[in-house]
Amino acid sequence: MAKVHIKLKVNGQEMEGLAEPRTLLIHFIRENLALTGAHIGCETSHCGACTVDLDGKSVKSCTVLAVQANGSEVTTIEGMANPDGTLGALQEGFRQMHGLQCGYCTPGMIVRAHRLLQENPSPTDEEVRFGIAGNLCRCTGYQNIVKAIQYAAAKLRGEEFREAAE
Amino acid sequence: MNDMTPTRAEREAKLEGMGCRRKRVEDIRFTQGKGNYVDDIKLPGMLFGDFVRSPYAHARVNKIDATRALQVPGVLAVLTAEDLKGVNLAWMPTLAGDVQMVLADGKVLFQNQEVAFVVATDRYAAADGIEAVDVDYEPLEVLVDPFQSMAEGAPLLREDIKDKTEGAHGKRKHYNHIFEWTVGDKDLTDAAFRNADVTINEMISYHRTHPSPLETCQAIASFDKVKGELTLWGTFQAPHVVRTVASLLSKIPEQKIHVIAPDVGGGFGNKVGVYPGYICAIVASIVTGKPVKWVEDRMENLTATSFARDYHMTTEIAATKEGKVTALRVHVLADHGAFDACADPSKWPAGFFNIVTGSYDFPVALCTVDGVYTNKAPGGVAYRCSFRVTEAAYCIERGMDILAQKLGMDPAELRMRNFIRRDQFPYQSALGWEYDSGDYHTAMKQAMEKLDYAGLRAEQQKKREAFKAGLTREIMGIGVSFFTEIVGAGPSKNCDILGIAMFDSCEIRVHPTGAVIARMGTKSQGQGHETTWAQIIASEIGIPADDIMVEEGNTDTAPYGLGTYGSRSTPVAGAAIAMASRKVKAKAQLIAAYLLEVHEDDLEWDVDGFRVKGLPEKFKSMKEIAWTAYHSPPPGLEPGLEAVSYYDPPNMTYPFGAYFCVMDIDVDTGVYKVRRFYALDDCGTRINPMIIEGQVHGGLTEAFAIAMGQEIRYDEGGNVLTGSFMDFFIPTAVETPVWETDFTVTPSPHHPIGAKGVGESPNVGGVPAFSNAVNDAFSFLGSTHIQMPHDYWRNWEAAKKLGVVE
Repeated sequence: MAKVHIKLKVNGQEMEGLAEPRTLLIHFIRENLALTGAHIGCETSHCGACTVDLDGKSVKSCTVLAVQANGSEVTTIEGMANPDGTLGALQEGFRQMHGLQCGYCTPGMIVRAHRLLQENPSPTDEEVRFGIAGNLCRCTGYQNIVKAIQYAAAKLRGEEFREAAE
Repeated sequence: MNDMTPTRAEREAKLEGMGCRRKRVEDIRFTQGKGNYVDDIKLPGMLFGDFVRSPYAHARVNKIDATRALQVPGVLAVLTAEDLKGVNLAWMPTLAGDVQMVLADGKVLFQNQEVAFVVATDRYAAADGIEAVDVDYEPLEVLVDPFQSMAEGAPLLREDIKDKTEGAHGKRKHYNHIFEWTVGDKDLTDAAFRNADVTINEMISYHRTHPSPLETCQAIASFDKVKGELTLWGTFQAPHVVRTVASLLSKIPEQKIHVIAPDVGGGFGNKVGVYPGYICAIVASIVTGKPVKWVEDRMENLTATSFARDYHMTTEIAATKEGKVTALRVHVLADHGAFDACADPSKWPAGFFNIVTGSYDFPVALCTVDGVYTNKAPGGVAYRCSFRVTEAAYCIERGMDILAQKLGMDPAELRMRNFIRRDQFPYQSALGWEYDSGDYHTAMKQAMEKLDYAGLRAEQQKKREAFKAGLTREIMGIGVSFFTEIVGAGPSKNCDILGIAMFDSCEIRVHPTGAVIARMGTKSQGQGHETTWAQIIASEIGIPADDIMVEEGNTDTAPYGLGTYGSRSTPVAGAAIAMASRKVKAKAQLIAAYLLEVHEDDLEWDVDGFRVKGLPEKFKSMKEIAWTAYHSPPPGLEPGLEAVSYYDPPNMTYPFGAYFCVMDIDVDTGVYKVRRFYALDDCGTRINPMIIEGQVHGGLTEAFAIAMGQEIRYDEGGNVLTGSFMDFFIPTAVETPVWETDFTVTPSPHHPIGAKGVGESPNVGGVPAFSNAVNDAFSFLGSTHIQMPHDYWRNWEAAKKLGVVE
């Protein structure tokens, strides 16, 4: 099958590659661009392990064709650290609050949470739960993920995180 | 001593040893997308293999024609059973003593069974190739209902063993029968039932479901023809066992097989067994001389790669009218699908189901399990539970509620009356286990007080009256569950896998600078071993956890172990870690005695080094001792500071807990709302409370899923109706309740650090708590038992059946 020249700006960096028109964005990112942080968990856009940020929106890259994303700006988990290489607020939140176990859903979860906090910097716990409902986690039961996102939200607002009483 | 000298508490804190909420070391890479999972591995020239699968649940395979497929660009080979026969791999042994087709050999026995393996340059070309393989199927009569398996004239499923009257576990009663397993005393049990004041008899089914970790099963095989060596990367919970099995099957010498389990994206029992994909990837690599990757998709995972549960349990309890249980009798019909691919220790065809007497002092009991074949996916695996323990816990916990209802007694009160008392431990159960330790009454009382159980019951009474008066359409249920698990398989006297005793191991190397590398036979799939194992070592040998690197999963470097499942890591490998640490410490003591010029008996351990008794200033830290071990070891002592321990546990461990679920159900819609869920766990000594709480949250969420909707369902034609996450219930953050956790600590008396294991308790105890809540809600309307899963539809159906909705 003839290949298409695809150019993307990924995590602020221009990247390009050749891919068949049917190639999924997740495969292009993982295999052509060698960014293996985003994962594949279901191929039916239910689990969100493949979530990346595409032109300012969270998308499930297992149901976007690479050609559809041509010319777009993509942010993946590899672009979530601070410029000095230290863990970003969400990454730190997930670690501090034990918001991950096997780590497989984590990249998609963090990238989704990043967009959620852009849209709503001060979410309630309920809004966080609704905001990540497109991302499945089999390990944590979400409770600590909610805390992790609230930790990051507080940090990004310049406040100190205070755990809500359960 | 001066002001700068750290206090004892500061030195202890610096270790980040047992009991501390140490942050996970794994998270540094996982939060940055730098984990290394199987599908992240890319080797030069790597090919991709994928399966042609059967659309039929039962059919004869007359012909497989790969002609068109081989013309598809990128397709290099198509393997069938005929090809595998050349290397004697068309069938493979299962862990349960059965055999299983790797690729369809003459017929298919379940929908989506592996029929042919297409090898291509990439996954897209492989998918094209699959479409172009022509298979001629002749559909046969399908057997879906396990209750019909042994009927006269039932379709014959396993032609390969149709004349065998003996299976791996004794006599077969029918051509679709696998085994009968009986434990207990029939005569005494029958007599107790004859003399009972009160008895119950209920068919309690635990439906078929699936562990479904977010990362599916995957492997890469790379065979080096020149060296005759095979490297196999895979999503393995038990990499050492995989190496041994691969060697036995392929005849490649075991030292020439390198099995590597890199980061694993959840397991929950799904990644214990050996699947056709692994075998086909290996054969394809041998045939093509190139690395071959196999990655299953979600539908393949849900429909073909094992399943869990599918136990149909006829449950009888005998009791006095005062509510003292006198006997338990359970018969199980176990649906194993097309092949018995149960992942149990080899001598245990029904796992440890004989823990079914639970937390109660049953004087006598009888348990019988009949395993049968159906046209469904083979299994079953232990989905986040020690072998068949969750089925047993569900059976007894549902049964106790039904008994309480019949006696007109509060279910918590009935449990309290029948608990094994603290002074009865070690306790011999009627079905053959020796419970190591427990304090059930204390745990139950603590739970009931924290939850205000009495207050909730009073509220429920009011709501029931209001419902009867037509003032509300909502009913309230309080689910009580008090479980005892049996984990830590296991002692060599009764546990092996294919003849290998179920020990586990640890090797510790202390380097000259006092830094440590430690390796174990276990394999984390998210449990956080890299963090917690270092905490045990830190406490034992006084080296900070941050200076200890833990490595698992590489069979070339790690000592042999049986892997991580059945909550066995802490009970077995955790003990090996403590014992290896103590060997290191014993040698360190000799070195310290030499350095301090005293007899070793004159030394005492003090947090992070040895001190001369009565002379606090005479002290040598482990760091100094490590340096000495390599720089100037005492005369007559070997240099170096290392140890290995292989730990064969003397007994299993028996974690327990009290779980309560408070639920409200709208009878007109069946919609439920979990108002509270309280989980008290006693897992003995607690290594890292943060990780324990995380395990409990996750296990409860899986229990919630199973009890409230997660199911692998088939239609009468053997078609899977729940083959994707659209139909197979995985709760999102929205549905998932908020979890309240609590604990008591009753250490295991036989474990070196007293730990019992916790990862599976929440699944085992959680399912009955949810189901009992639903059943408790409906009980005042005249219902005794409603089958799981309790989704909205079934709740509404139940309400309809009870006549409270039209």
